[in-house]
Amino acid sequence: MAKMKALICRECSKEYPTEAFHVCELCFGPLEVKYSYDEIKEVMSRATIEAGPKSLWRYKELLPIEGSPTIGLHAGMTPLVHAKNLGAFLGLDELYIKNDCVNQPTLSFKDRVVAVALTRARELGYETAACASTGNLANSVAAHAAQAGMQCYVFIPGDLEAAKVLGNLIYRPKVVEIEGNYDDVNRLCSEIAGERRWAFVNVNIRPYYAEGSKTLAFEVAEQLGWRAPDQVVVPMASGSLLTKIWKGLNEFKKIGLLKDVATKVNGAQAEGCSPIATAFKDGRDFFKPVKPNTIAKSLAIGNPADGYYALKTVAESGGAMDAVTDDEVIEGIKLLAQTEGIFAETAGGVTIGTLRKLVKQGAIKKHDVTVAYITGNGLKTQEAVVDSVGRPFRIPPSLVKFEQTFGQQGAA
Amino acid sequence: MTKLRFHIRFPEEKIPEPVIYQIGHEYQVVTSIRRADVRATTGWMDVEFSGETEEIERAIGGLREKGVLVDPIELNVVE
Repeated sequence: MAKMKALICRECSKEYPTEAFHVCELCFGPLEVKYSYDEIKEVMSRATIEAGPKSLWRYKELLPIEGSPTIGLHAGMTPLVHAKNLGAFLGLDELYIKNDCVNQPTLSFKDRVVAVALTRARELGYETAACASTGNLANSVAAHAAQAGMQCYVFIPGDLEAAKVLGNLIYRPKVVEIEGNYDDVNRLCSEIAGERRWAFVNVNIRPYYAEGSKTLAFEVAEQLGWRAPDQVVVPMASGSLLTKIWKGLNEFKKIGLLKDVATKVNGAQAEGCSPIATAFKDGRDFFKPVKPNTIAKSLAIGNPADGYYALKTVAESGGAMDAVTDDEVIEGIKLLAQTEGIFAETAGGVTIGTLRKLVKQGAIKKHDVTVAYITGNGLKTQEAVVDSVGRPFRIPPSLVKFEQTFGQQGAA
Repeated sequence: MTKLRFHIRFPEEKIPEPVIYQIGHEYQVVTSIRRADVRATTGWMDVEFSGETEEIERAIGGLREKGVLVDPIELNVVE
């Protein structure tokens, strides 16, 4: 069965073969995967999914691969936590956290998109994986390439922090530091992607790569007992994740796995890099690129490829967008950790901070089934909270001193 | 002959200027506009420049000197 029908231009609808194309040759619009939903419907059901592997590959019929998955076999099926404590704090009865802090193998949602991208890249005959990244994406590509025995090139700006460089070097890819400002690095990477026969996951493989994000919608719907949430709050960098969550929910409806989808899709950004949220608040259908200045580095994309489509998705679903300050990001990280025991990276702080704002504004209501997407692990961005979590109690090795410090707290 | 694709953006004050025409005169590049949205206060174009690679590089530099913002067609690829 050819479940993938074509790549299709999101602007002019011109179709292309399912190979490594990402831009329409005619209008230069972005391409995405078009499926044969009628055929998928015949072979995909709640029962077949439930009998599938405990990974994102249980949804492989709706993912853009032709054969069996070969790379990233353990990504996905992360916990959906009923966040009763945080919900009580915010005044929400049914708040859930989709916890991709524990995604495998590199503890961020990027393991989903990279698993799909590199499985497809292998099918297309690529032997080298590549990406340009300052963080989670590089970690994930390098780790998956190592496991798959693929060559790997990771391009990074020359001024990246040492700890982040180390996080890539451990997997032994070729890490290329590029001198120059962000725009120079960005343009060179785009040009290299055009020159080499490499699977540049978020450039020439992007139509396949982006589809991996849909599994965050599929899993939530299944984990909620085969229903779509009323509200989702999604962090936005390029904006792709948000659009794909919406696409995923609607695909489930299309093939009859969900009866109805009335989900409001809400977008979250940090004020220091909020081109999409600002456009939404100003009532514009286009965004103005910005120079990022925020601690939420994994969301610091000033000229987001899917910004326009994210605005369109939120408008279509009746959702909202907002942005939070860096202080609110830190508060969000601490609040999630201290109520639910989940230590998220800065993007998680953005999501929780924005969720708080949307509840306060009345956009999300008490009885709404609400899912907040937490996309990366806090251990990767410890520097963001190092000055705001206090210090340990220091005492000499003496029971008397201990009791003097803590009195009868917690004594039986 | 090289063909490179770019997304270019015009700040408000540059909207009235015939920037693409000027670039075609000042550099040995041919411009093919594929999509565009130019409004009173903002504008963008998706274009293809054909020419020698070095000449395209110089044309990009020329555009930037004129205050026009030039990005790859994919926008930000560093994630």
